This record gives sequence, structure tokens and C-alpha cells, in this order.
Amino acid sequence: MSLFVNVTLNGVANGMVFAAMALALVFIFRATSIVNFAQGAMAMFTTFIAFSLLDRGLGYWEAFAAALAIGLVLGAVVERILIRPLRGKPEINPVIVTIGLLIVLEGMAGSIWGNSARGFPPAFSQTGLKFGHTKVAFSHFDVFILGSVLAIMVATMALFRWTNLGLRMRASAFAPEVARLLGVRVGRILTLGWALAAVAGSLAGLLVAPTSSFSPYYMDLNLVFGFTAAVIGGLESPAGALVGGLITGLCVSYVGGYLGSSLQPLGALALLMVALMARPQGIFARPEARRV
Amino acid sequence: MSETASETAAQRPAWWLRARFPEQPMLRHLSFVVLAGVGFYLLTSALSQYDNFRLGEIALYVTALAGLSVLTGANGQLSLGHGALMAVGAYTTALLMNHSHLNLVVEILAAIGASAVMGIVVGIPATRLKGPYLAGMTLILAVGLPLLADKYSSVFGGDQGLTTTQPSAPGSINPQEWLTWIEIAGALVTMLLLANLLRSRFGRAFRAVRDDEIAASLSGIHVARTKVIAFAVSAGCAGLAGAFLGISTGVVNTGEFPLSLSIGILAGMVLGGAGSLMGMWWGAVALVYLPDWATSISKSFNLGNGVSAYLATIIYGLVLIVVMMLAPSGIQGGLRLGATKLRTLLSGSGGANVTAQFQKPEEPVMATIGSRGTAGGDKREPGPGSERTDS
Amino acid sequence: MLEVEGLSVSYGAIRALEDVALRAEKGMITAVLGANGAGKTTLLRTITGLVKPTSGTVTLDGEKLTGMAVEDIVRHGVAHVPEGRGVIQEITVDENLRLGALWCMGRSERRVAMEEIYELFPLLSERRHKHASTLSGGERQMLAIGRALVSRPRVMLLDEPSLGLAPIVTAQLMSMLRDRTHGSDITVVLVEQNARSALSVAQRAVVLNLGKVVVADDAAAVAADSDLRHHYLGF
Repeated sequence: MSLFVNVTLNGVANGMVFAAMALALVFIFRATSIVNFAQGAMAMFTTFIAFSLLDRGLGYWEAFAAALAIGLVLGAVVERILIRPLRGKPEINPVIVTIGLLIVLEGMAGSIWGNSARGFPPAFSQTGLKFGHTKVAFSHFDVFILGSVLAIMVATMALFRWTNLGLRMRASAFAPEVARLLGVRVGRILTLGWALAAVAGSLAGLLVAPTSSFSPYYMDLNLVFGFTAAVIGGLESPAGALVGGLITGLCVSYVGGYLGSSLQPLGALALLMVALMARPQGIFARPEARRV
Repeated sequence: MSETASETAAQRPAWWLRARFPEQPMLRHLSFVVLAGVGFYLLTSALSQYDNFRLGEIALYVTALAGLSVLTGANGQLSLGHGALMAVGAYTTALLMNHSHLNLVVEILAAIGASAVMGIVVGIPATRLKGPYLAGMTLILAVGLPLLADKYSSVFGGDQGLTTTQPSAPGSINPQEWLTWIEIAGALVTMLLLANLLRSRFGRAFRAVRDDEIAASLSGIHVARTKVIAFAVSAGCAGLAGAFLGISTGVVNTGEFPLSLSIGILAGMVLGGAGSLMGMWWGAVALVYLPDWATSISKSFNLGNGVSAYLATIIYGLVLIVVMMLAPSGIQGGLRLGATKLRTLLSGSGGANVTAQFQKPEEPVMATIGSRGTAGGDKREPGPGSERTDS
Repeated sequence: MLEVEGLSVSYGAIRALEDVALRAEKGMITAVLGANGAGKTTLLRTITGLVKPTSGTVTLDGEKLTGMAVEDIVRHGVAHVPEGRGVIQEITVDENLRLGALWCMGRSERRVAMEEIYELFPLLSERRHKHASTLSGGERQMLAIGRALVSRPRVMLLDEPSLGLAPIVTAQLMSMLRDRTHGSDITVVLVEQNARSALSVAQRAVVLNLGKVVVADDAAAVAADSDLRHHYLGF
């Protein structure tokens, strides 16, 4: 019984991280119809930079903020230099470019920081919280994960729903040409979209690092799970990313807990395949949503 | 359509530009294969043992790349999981070799079959996904499938993996040469079959689905089935390549099929030219020799051990980025374009021929991943799906 | 005044426009007519900057628009109601309208301008917070035009607004256009396949055929010339 509870809590915590990744992917999809395969690697790179800064004695929260800021810039730069020139070409081209970026970043991280796994210090204690006499597999750090991802979700929804910038972003995503005719500087909006998505990704990277073996490849699986979460959630909405993340997190945790960790990616794959056959447009997709 | 004799004479390019293979595609492909076969035979007898091994490696990668080229270039489905499909072929062959006494040919056919089946299994839900999302799903396959072998290590040999037996050469033929011939034969036969497939109604269906699913289904093409067939075919090619890989290295384990293999295959295909078959030779050469080139580059620039280990992967990534941005049709596309330009220049025909009118000058005839074969029209921004304008 | 001179546009080897000249004056509707494929839509898209011409210029009150980015041309007061209306279906009516004014107005000014449009089109007012996908064809046309008008443009380009609309609705639309334009400062360029209804409200008419201008004259003169009408306009 306690295994079940712990695995479930673990699933929720992981699910939040996947939701953050999914959010980043959804953000970019809504803005540009591109899946950024380098999302995880970009997050990894900014987290490694934070790691170096911590090594040099910078305070935890300063390094945290620095990583997010660098993520913002990195996202903008990638969009401007690699993605923008490919506008008008087949959609598959920028996707391949992001795959290239993924391995370039992993290679660069490997050559700068080496291959071996290290430890990344967590923001808060990782020991399980105590309820009465029982210790649960949910720590202060997990609460932090939950809180920060929820905060980013809410901020994103608010951005899209209530702000003028959000309206411009939605217009740029749904009908870029019409948006231009309405004076929206679609190019700048796209760059901003990528920048914000990269921040979400960087956050995910910082949240995952303490819980895994911190090496240049540590985000690969999270990209995979984040992607699954995004597709299940429908690729349209932050709420979808959240729900998709939770479902994926729980599924992966149960598979890991009861069947072994090496089967987790296949568990995600099975989940993805089932979801695609049962409800291809995802959970939160509106009726007139695009068929992915 | 009345042309005077002098008009026709002026339009026909010089004889040495016209000298080419027979008109009929089937014969043309066949004669090419025969010529290539002879050429390779001569080559293998001239090469050393080690170089023959590498030549065989090139051939097996051509097989995998050609399959992927058809899937991605002709049918528009991006797969990041072909390394895993190669693993399926390799493990099938290894398992049969270890647990049965079947003929090598049967074992190889089984490998092709098993990976084709896997292609169908993955291909069916994949029909619900568009380009990048399909790629994501195949990425999960690439990451997840090898882990299966780790999990059930008693069957799959775990870290050590399974051993394979080299095919015994008839008579006094050098076993390495024999193996290389088999691999080359595999590559040439694969290319022959794929070339004919692309010219058949299947090929037309592939391209129709790639260009416009709705239009294709309105023309009576069963879109989902076409996509699954393309996937199965390319998976079979990957399986064949995997079988050869397993046989030539003598061992099959998960270490041989990391994610970087799948990405390397993608890079090789992109470099060679998505949609092209001949171009895959370039890609395969790059794949096989890149690690060596990377090491010598880092040695000559004194980049240190840390970098040289990763240089090869960094170069793969840069290839993907640079090729996609500057020359999306890859090497073969570039060559074809150059040849067209050369031909027009030399034959002295003033006006552009009819087909050229409908291409942008920078893009080659065969519609590939890099181009849109549409008649002009200004570049529309790729909004998600189409513009949501009403009526 | 909107002036187009020597405008040529090619898509690869296809010449869409050849040496097109046009003058559209304030307070007037200038109709651009011609058969399908004559180049009418290309003309509008080139004026707005979505398409780059191979030669020629577009000037607005003396200021050169050719070569500017679309977003900048819009900021010079050019509003384009594209072919198919371009109503963004995934957002609400109010949001569509708001987009039209976002680039040029602050909040309070925007509210005023939007209310003016709602007064002009009461049907839209009723559906403010509904998704634009729920509107009928005629309502979408109103929204598209309202969205163009809300920014108080100097030039309004309309690409086949009557497409898909019932004759009664088309007639209402056309008379609204005429009332809006007459005596105001706005320059209206109206591209129409439905030449008859366009000619009933326009003051000037330009007829295109295969990318070239064949006639540029007063609308009444064009409407009266039955040979011309038969040949190029289909009635």
C-alpha cells in the first residue's frame, strides 16, 4: 500500500516536471507549429551553466535566475538565427534543425563539462515530508516543483487569455498573415514565444537536475515524457499540458515502480499509442482544433 | 504539335549528353545495378581486408538510408527511430543464429520481416500524427526499445549481447570479401526494389500523401494505408541493414544501437538528399568515415581528448543544421541541380523547358524534403495548418 | 491619394502583373475588376507588401510604400480586408476587433473606436464574446470590414467582399461602403468579381486582364460600355 502511495506521489511530482516541458513544447507549437526537439538540450545547457556558476560560489537563487535569463536569451537567439530563415519552407525543415541543435548542444556540453554524472544541489530538502509518524515520498523540494510549475501554468494562461500580448501571440499562431495585416509584428512575437518557451524549459531543467544523474543526457528522457504529455494534453492549451503531464507522470511512475525503470520509455510509448488511437486530438483540444 | 526538322535538331542536346541508360525505367535500374555490381566486384578484389570491411559497412548503411529516404523524402514521414528498427533486425538474426539452424537467407528474411512488422505496429498510430509529432513518437521508440533488451537480458544477452556467426564463404573465397559482396548485393537489390517502388503507383501514392493528404484521399488514395506501407517498407530496409550490422561486427548488443545511431542515420540521409536513392552513398560514406575524420581534425587542431570524443556528434548536428538551412536537398540535390544547369548551358536551348518554369531556380526537379514543387506563389508563413479564413 | 505606377509582379516565370498603373483618390471608391486570375488579388497584396514587385512603385500621399514591411505599411494607415475575409475563427468577435486597433490606439481610445464599430454593426455587438467561428458569412464580412475600419485607416483595400454572400447582403454591404466613403477622407479600393454591384457604388473603375490594365475610367463610363462589359466583365 505504501508503495502505491509513494509511487503515486512520485508520479505527481514527476508529472509536474513533464508538464513544464510540455508547456514549453506547447508554447512553441501554438506559436509556430514546430516541435522544438532541442528543448531538453537547451534546458540542460542552461542548467549546466547554473551548475558552473554554483561551483564558482554564486548563490543558489542567483544561479537559478541566471539560468532562466540565459534560457530566455538562448530561445530568442535560436529562433532568430536558426528558425526564422526557414519560414516559408516545409515545416519539417526547422524540426530537423532542432534535432541537429539537440546533438550539437549535447556534444558541446560533453566536451565542456564531461560525460560523467554529477550531483546538482536541490533548492530545498529532498527528504520526504512527515505526516504524523509516516514519511511520504513527497519532499519540500517536490512541493517547490509543484508550486513553481503551477505558477508558470497560471502565468501562461493569464498571458494568453487576458493580455494584449497574448492576443497578438494567438493571432500570430492561428493566422500569421492576417495578423501582419493587422499590424502585429509577427516576427518579434515568434522570437518572444521561443524565448518564453525556453524559460519554461530551463525551469524544467533546474527542477529535474537534483533528482536525476546530472549528465549531458539527463534531459533526453524528459523530452520524451514531456512530448508524450504534450500530445496527450492536446498541444493546444497550458491546462492540457498540465493534465497531460500528470497522466504521463503517473503512468511512468507506476511502470517504474512495478515493472522496472528500464521499461519507462516504452510505457510512455504505449501510453502515447493508446492515447492516439483513442483520442487523437488530445484531452483539451477544442472541437475546431487542428488535427495533429 | 508540328515541329520542323530543324527545330527538333536545335532542341536535341549533343549525343554525349543524350547517351544514357535505356529509356524504360526497369531496364535502366537493372542495367545500373549490374554495372555497379561489376564495379564493386572489381573494387573488392583490389581492397585490403579492412577496407573491404568498411566498404561493407557503407553498403549496409546505404540500405538503411535508402529506406529512410523513401519514408521521409517521398512520403514525408520523419523517423528518428530507425536505429531501433535496425536493432530489431539485428537481434532477430542473432536470436535465430543462436537458437536455430536456419539458412542465412531465411534468417535475413526473418530480420526484414520482423522489422517490417514493427514498422507496421508503430506506423498505425503514427498515421494520427503529423510530421514532427511522428518524429517524437519514433524518438521514444529509439530511446525505449533498446532498453527492452536490457530488461530481458536473459533472452537478449544484456550488456554482452548475442554473438553472430560469419557466413562461410564457398570455396576459397575470402570470407570478408564474401560478406562484403553480400552486403553490397543487399544494398543494390534494395535500391533496385525501392527505385521501382517509387516509380510505381505506390510511389505516386507516397508522394501524393506527402504533398497533400486531403487531395490524395479525394483522389481515392487510402492515406493511412499508404503511410503504413511506407513505414513498413523503410523498416524492412532498416532491419536488413541491422542484420548485416550484426553479422559483420560479430556481436549484437544494446551498445550498438544508441540514440545517436538513429540521429546519425537521419543526418546521413539529409546530407545525401532526402528522397534520393543514389545520394545515400554519400550519406553512408560520411557516416562510416566521420568518426575517423573527426579524430584527425581534433588531432590536427590539438583540440584535446575531451572534444574529440564529441566532435563526431557535434559534426552530425552541424550537418543537419547547415544542410537544412543552406541546401535542403542535400548533396544529390545539389548535384542534380548543377547537372541540369550544365545541360541547359551546353545544349544551348534558349528558353527554359516547360518543367523548369514551375520550379524555383534553386530547387532540383525531384521534390524532396527541402523544396515545395509548387508553381510559384509567394512564400506563405507556415501558420499551424492553413490560414483559418472562412467561406 | 494612393498611386500605383509601372507595377510588375512575377511568380517565377509567371507574370501576374505587368506595368499596372492606378490612381485611387480620397472620398472615392475605385473598383478593380476583371476575370478570375486577372491579377486583382495580387495587386492588393503587392500594395500591402505581402508580395514584392519586380518593378514599379506604390505611393501613398507621396510617400513610397514599396519595399516596406507589411507591418509598417499597415502603420501608414493601409487596411487590407483579404480574400476570404481573414476573420480569425479561434478568437472572439471582440478580440478580432481589438486586434484591428491594438497597433495604433491606447485603451480608452480603442474602446471608443470599437463602440463606434459596434454601433455601425449592431449584429456584431450582440455576438461580442462569441468565437468568430459562430458567425454567418455576412456577419464575418461585417467583422472583417469593422476590423479594418476601427483603426480609422487612410486607405482601405477590400478583396472580393461579396464572395459567398447573398445578393441582399451584398447590396447592403455595398451601400454601407458608399455611405462611409462619400464625403470622408478615406480612399477605398474595391476588388470585385461581381462587377455589377461594384460599379453601382464606385466612382472610378480599373479593369485588369491577364495582369495588364485594359481600361481605367469613370465607373459610369465603364458600366455604359456594353462591349467592354461583355468582354471582360461577363455581363
